[in-house]
Amino acid sequence: MKISARTSEKIAKTLIWTAAVFVLAVLMFIILYILVKGLPVINWGFLTQVPRSMGREGGVSSTIVGTLMVTSVAVLIAAPFGIGTAFYLAEYTKGGFITRVIRFSAESLAGIPSIVYGLFGFIFFVIYLDLGWSVLSGGLTLAFMILPTIIRTSEEAIRSVPKIYREVSFSLSATKTQTIFKVVLPSALRGIANGIILSIGRCIAETAAVMLTAGSALRMSRSLFDPTRTMAVHFYILAVEGISMENAYGTAALLIIIIFLINVVANTLVNRFVR
Amino acid sequence: MKNGFKDKLSERVFLALALSSISAIALITVFIVIQGAPIIGKVGLRDFIFGMTWAPSQGKFGIFPMIIGSLSVTLGAVVLGVPVGICGAVFLAEFAPAAVRNLFRPAIQLLAGIPSVVYGFWGLIFIVPFIRDNLGGPGLSILAGSIVLAIMILPTIITISEVQILALPRQYKEGALALGMTHWQAIYSVQLPAAKSGIVAAVVLGIGRAMGETMAVIMVLGNAPGIPTSILDPVRTLTTNIGIEMGYAAGDHRQALFATGIVLFVIIMILNITAQFITRKK
Repeated sequence: MKISARTSEKIAKTLIWTAAVFVLAVLMFIILYILVKGLPVINWGFLTQVPRSMGREGGVSSTIVGTLMVTSVAVLIAAPFGIGTAFYLAEYTKGGFITRVIRFSAESLAGIPSIVYGLFGFIFFVIYLDLGWSVLSGGLTLAFMILPTIIRTSEEAIRSVPKIYREVSFSLSATKTQTIFKVVLPSALRGIANGIILSIGRCIAETAAVMLTAGSALRMSRSLFDPTRTMAVHFYILAVEGISMENAYGTAALLIIIIFLINVVANTLVNRFVR
Repeated sequence: MKNGFKDKLSERVFLALALSSISAIALITVFIVIQGAPIIGKVGLRDFIFGMTWAPSQGKFGIFPMIIGSLSVTLGAVVLGVPVGICGAVFLAEFAPAAVRNLFRPAIQLLAGIPSVVYGFWGLIFIVPFIRDNLGGPGLSILAGSIVLAIMILPTIITISEVQILALPRQYKEGALALGMTHWQAIYSVQLPAAKSGIVAAVVLGIGRAMGETMAVIMVLGNAPGIPTSILDPVRTLTTNIGIEMGYAAGDHRQALFATGIVLFVIIMILNITAQFITRKK
């Protein structure tokens, strides 16, 4: 039996709409389920108290601090290297061997699973450089992990600055360095910031790599050399070891809200950037 | 003169930053190989990869069950996730009204940003009991892992494929429509074939993500290191093997986990290079 073009059009459209609605429904379901169970747990005490008896009681304040510290280290280290690499790729190279090597490495780095970053961070930072399980080891490991994201988004942002900006700058007898820092960088700043915000999101969401490098200590970390536990790791341990489902839901809801806010900020930046 | 010097200097600085960034991949490779290679030498590459028994306390390190585990869970994720993902991409590129698209895109972005442990947890409290009650078995299974991973690779497949479809020259679609094709015929016989290489690259990257995921699958796979006989059996993957045991492993055992990492790393690099090769050929 041959199906007429009109019928197949209808069938295809129905299938595709169904798939799209299905994807949205699954997402909504996961998010709403966690929020409904988790939001009632979140209150001022949950946010400000340190976890007690392994997280069965008390709040999650030390894991919030741990997440902030690890993420800050990662971004502060990765941003200069990533943005610098992006400028080199976008403004200086004209193709050729070095460019190909840089681009190949950046893309390969992007595909490496986080558990492999964790293995590397464990053996290199924790053992070889003897930093132990610490905020610093975790942050440096995550810096490696977010580097490709920062390179790619920054390069896109720099490339989307119109050529005419640079030409005008050169015609006013600005040097290349002046053009990059005074003309290109300010125009690309929103796009670069967008990449950094997305990287912050990745750091907050990461579990495997930080667990192997920052440890899972529940005490409040006071220095970069203290071990720490991030929110994502805390949630994982609470859920897998069945310590407290209630607090697990609360932590998960907190994570989802933070990731949601990060996406909103990133999108606002990009939309204005495109204009 | 002074400015010329400054320009040279800043180019050097940018180059130095770029070179240190890419040395990351060399550093990662070197340290993982140094840690993992000795045990492979001791056990023998063939016995390590094709060995059927993983019993670190008895000094037996065979990861074949984990390789089968990774492959089966990934295959399941691809079978479930790829058709839905490509439909999602076609929907966004061709069918979605602007208002729906503006809701759908951020939703996909959110899907990509949510921590993987949250998906694993959701799988544990929903998918696993559902499978146990309706299909039998322990619930913790290849099927549960495949479902969770299928959802997790959707953003990768949808966003990359959508970009590929949108990047096609307008004339492709317009020409097809001008020849009297319906919208779907134009998509199916002109646009999708033209965007094929990009979509394949998206799928390959999705496979890489599924293969590399750790924490989400630890929660739903059951983690028994044996060869599965059905999709309702629990399995252990290369990643979960590392994730579960790394916390307490020492000596040969720890080295064997790094060696597992080498195998994973090699598979992922092959996938990455394939994806890069496909997109570059265009």
